[in-house]
Amino acid sequence: MSLDKEQVQQIAQLARLELKPEEHAELVDKLSKIVDFVDHLSAADTAGVMPMAHPLDVAQRLRPDVVTEVNERDRYQQNASSVTDGLYLVPKVIE
Amino acid sequence: MTDLHERSLTELAAGLESGDFSSVELTQALLDRIAAHDAALNALVTVTGDEALAAAAKADADRASGDAGVLNGLPIIHKDIFCTRGIRTTCGSKMLDNFISPYDATLVERLGAAGAVVLGKANMDEFAMGSSNETSYFGPVKNPWDLERSPGGSSGGSAAAVAARLAPAATATDTGGSIRQPAALTNTVGIKPTYGRVSRYGMIAFASSLDQAGVITRTAEDAARLLGVMAGFDERDSTCLDEPVPDYVAELGNSIKGLKIGIVRQHFDEGLDAECGVKVKEAIATLESLGATAVEVDMPNIDLSVPTYYVVAPAECSSNLSRFDGVRFGHRAENPQDLLELYCRSRGEGFGDEVKRRIMTGTYVLSAGYYDAYYLKAQQVRHLIADDFNKAFADVDVIAGPTTPTPAFRLGAKMDDPITMYLNDIYTIGANLGGFPALSVPCGFVNELPIGLHLVGHHFDESALLRCAHAYQQETEWHTACPEAFK
Repeated sequence: MSLDKEQVQQIAQLARLELKPEEHAELVDKLSKIVDFVDHLSAADTAGVMPMAHPLDVAQRLRPDVVTEVNERDRYQQNASSVTDGLYLVPKVIE
Repeated sequence: MTDLHERSLTELAAGLESGDFSSVELTQALLDRIAAHDAALNALVTVTGDEALAAAAKADADRASGDAGVLNGLPIIHKDIFCTRGIRTTCGSKMLDNFISPYDATLVERLGAAGAVVLGKANMDEFAMGSSNETSYFGPVKNPWDLERSPGGSSGGSAAAVAARLAPAATATDTGGSIRQPAALTNTVGIKPTYGRVSRYGMIAFASSLDQAGVITRTAEDAARLLGVMAGFDERDSTCLDEPVPDYVAELGNSIKGLKIGIVRQHFDEGLDAECGVKVKEAIATLESLGATAVEVDMPNIDLSVPTYYVVAPAECSSNLSRFDGVRFGHRAENPQDLLELYCRSRGEGFGDEVKRRIMTGTYVLSAGYYDAYYLKAQQVRHLIADDFNKAFADVDVIAGPTTPTPAFRLGAKMDDPITMYLNDIYTIGANLGGFPALSVPCGFVNELPIGLHLVGHHFDESALLRCAHAYQQETEWHTACPEAFK
């Protein structure tokens, strides 16, 4: 099944990716090939087969909900491009 | 002492122990080799010379005071997917070009605590997405056996560095074959342990139900030595399993007499280069001569492993990589007009082509209306494939076959066609889907290029793989061959 330009644009929007025009055109072609390839799965008989979420079929371990980390905000924020007074800055969201 | 780079980790450990040379001397010798040879290979993104020499001096002092850890003073390289405190950690991406990790990955911490010295960070496919190392923001790694060819990927920098004798060992990660395929293409040993065996804490996530950390070395014995330190429960990784870790080095001595090896019929079909097939069968015959027995096994669903992987892995990647938003860390676009533009442009500028393709594929297969047809279906087929392995493992201890369909391919040869590139991992992906441990060991040369024998084992039985590879390496000398330009 091939994807068209509008579908690729919609997927990019969901994925929060801005695409250049040439990237957009190439993705229409390559994503279509990838989707055709994974369509081979439709031939498999999976009636009654449990979906496998964990390779060893093990349930996720839980831990007690207690604070275990110390606050190192200043150090973590050294990797952020824009911070003030310990807060991350983004463009204005509410006028 | 001009031959230090030729020695295995185990030999170097003995030399340090007996005082033949110091860790500072050894570390300096390998830093000199990196300076002399890495321009040709591009195997390292960051060289940490000052930190390495300081760690080596500390290791020497620890040894002098009788406090030597099991890896005291031994130099290694970390794949740049592992977070290293205070040191740039790029994951091969423009997105993390300037990221200085505020903490160490558990694996980095454990190897460091045992005394290992870190020479630098290895180049890799961007976010470990690729099979040729050509998707790295920092340029492709060259194969030391032929500089016009790919060393494989995504752990291509780790493999090339070990093959070219820049270090005796390098850490690596494997989501669909990213340790074993580059190991095969560079004449090195690569082991991907059981899913959950080694902590993923501080290992930048690609596909969380498949990713596993391992190591690339030149001998199975060295891999056993390192895995013993890396493996084991870590409460900081909720998928890390609490299983006892055997003494892998001690278990190497056990004979492989009576070991049952399964040969997957489907792995020797027309997709495999004929000469590679001959070499792999010779390697299996060698194991039989050492007392193992081989039987044919059938895996009817194995052909679906690549399409299954290319639904599951992109789906998990699209979710994992949503953390890169340009706000808390990573590349941030200049002067965005609003929050949505900040996200979209930061991600559009920071990610390369292959990463975008996988995020897009994953977003598509998880989107409303397609989830059942793709993601749920792939999870069901994943169960069928894992069941094929489990049925085979009812009768055999180890499954053996080729690691790759061909020897190393030329740089650029597969970059235009993602499907051809994806099919590189046709023999390795099954082990990730089922969470089984797997290893590649050098088993000969085709057209003067190395290839590997692939071994898959029962869950948590890395020992059987290491023992088998060690026994094979005692009988053969493929792994001692060094590429001419790096002798």
